[in-house]
Amino acid sequence: MNFKNIIKQFDIFSQAKKYGLPLWQSPQFLFLVMGVIIIVSTLTTYTIGVRYIDDPIIVALIVLFLSVILFIIATIITQSFERITEASRMKSEFVSIVSHQLRSPLSNLKWAIELLMSGKINSISEKELEYFKILRENSDRMTELISDLLIVSRIETARLPINNKEFSLVELTEGLIKVFNPFVQASNINMVFKPEENLPKIFADPSQIRLVVENLLDNAVRYVKGKGDILIKMGRRKNIILFEIKDDGVGIPKSDHKFIFQKFFRSENALRHQTQGSGLGLYIAKAIVDKSGGKIGFKSEENKGSTFWFTLPINKK
Amino acid sequence: MKKILLIEDESALQKTLGEVLNQAGYETSSALDGEIGLRMAKESKPDLILLDLILPKLHGFEVLKELKGNKETADIPVIVLTNLESMTDIEKAIELGAKGYLVKAQYSLEEIVQKIKEVLPE
Repeated sequence: MNFKNIIKQFDIFSQAKKYGLPLWQSPQFLFLVMGVIIIVSTLTTYTIGVRYIDDPIIVALIVLFLSVILFIIATIITQSFERITEASRMKSEFVSIVSHQLRSPLSNLKWAIELLMSGKINSISEKELEYFKILRENSDRMTELISDLLIVSRIETARLPINNKEFSLVELTEGLIKVFNPFVQASNINMVFKPEENLPKIFADPSQIRLVVENLLDNAVRYVKGKGDILIKMGRRKNIILFEIKDDGVGIPKSDHKFIFQKFFRSENALRHQTQGSGLGLYIAKAIVDKSGGKIGFKSEENKGSTFWFTLPINKK
Repeated sequence: MKKILLIEDESALQKTLGEVLNQAGYETSSALDGEIGLRMAKESKPDLILLDLILPKLHGFEVLKELKGNKETADIPVIVLTNLESMTDIEKAIELGAKGYLVKAQYSLEEIVQKIKEVLPE
């Protein structure tokens, strides 16, 4: 938390507005009130104690009275926190339920399109096939978006299951490169993978790390303009493995750097270049790398390209 | 001709899956809820069952448990075909005796037919 964020905490009006709570229920406001009461009561007790030293009962009563007030405020604070947590839990649960419900009709749509496109029902013309392709691409996009939303809702409710085991990040990356290969070749992209030799296995959840590598590869391929180069490097640094992917694509404007791992954020030049994408990929990647005990970062310059990297620990924790 | 029973409450899915499986040379029948599915499995003894999990009347896991608990149906291979994808669901299905677990959103019709062929060799 930097200094700016600490100052922000004291802006009680915007904090209350952020959580949708009335001022008297906002935790920040109540903490402030509590602090003031504690200071005033200490001073009052001292002053009264000095003046009415003969009658300690009054002092005791005042302290008791103030303690009751503090207790009530503390109760309200706890309740406000409960409300905030509950609201956040319900939001994620809602996303999860809606996403599951949306998947069924989408599967229907996807399979019906596949059946029509296969030409097994009726032969279809080139023109019709073009439109079927649009339908298929869009149903795929929705399916991907829903999968991303489900992962996000699991991350936020801390229900993202992590099944750690030993595996080779080199093999996982090679497998994914094969998946991307047809698209890479069709786009005239030159993708090179250069891992150091004899890299040890890492200890993490392969299915989650796959999502991270997939997202980084996908971004690099998407944002390389025309015929471009992508270089993937992997090496050992003490007890970690460093994965690096460098592209000479559209890059990220400096003003957007701080938002890049935020949920739903999409850089303006990325939007210009590529309309698809949910803005969830890097958020998910960061959440997974953080949870796996690694670090993720990037350097980028607009119109020159980006290098994204992440690290993962080699040893068992 | 090998018989496949679809226990699936989405009639649209029944239709597309049924069509593709018929074209691949299988005979299909379908049930819209867990209870009917279980009854049909006992009566018609299919060679394979494709089972959804979220079903009206009787949950897919209950259907699977009953199928595997009954001598007459215990040997019929069951492939779970659902949109639930949590590890707990997958593990439970395998533990209850499912031969496979396919998440609908992740598979194309062609891949599903392929999976069925693996379980049901000619």
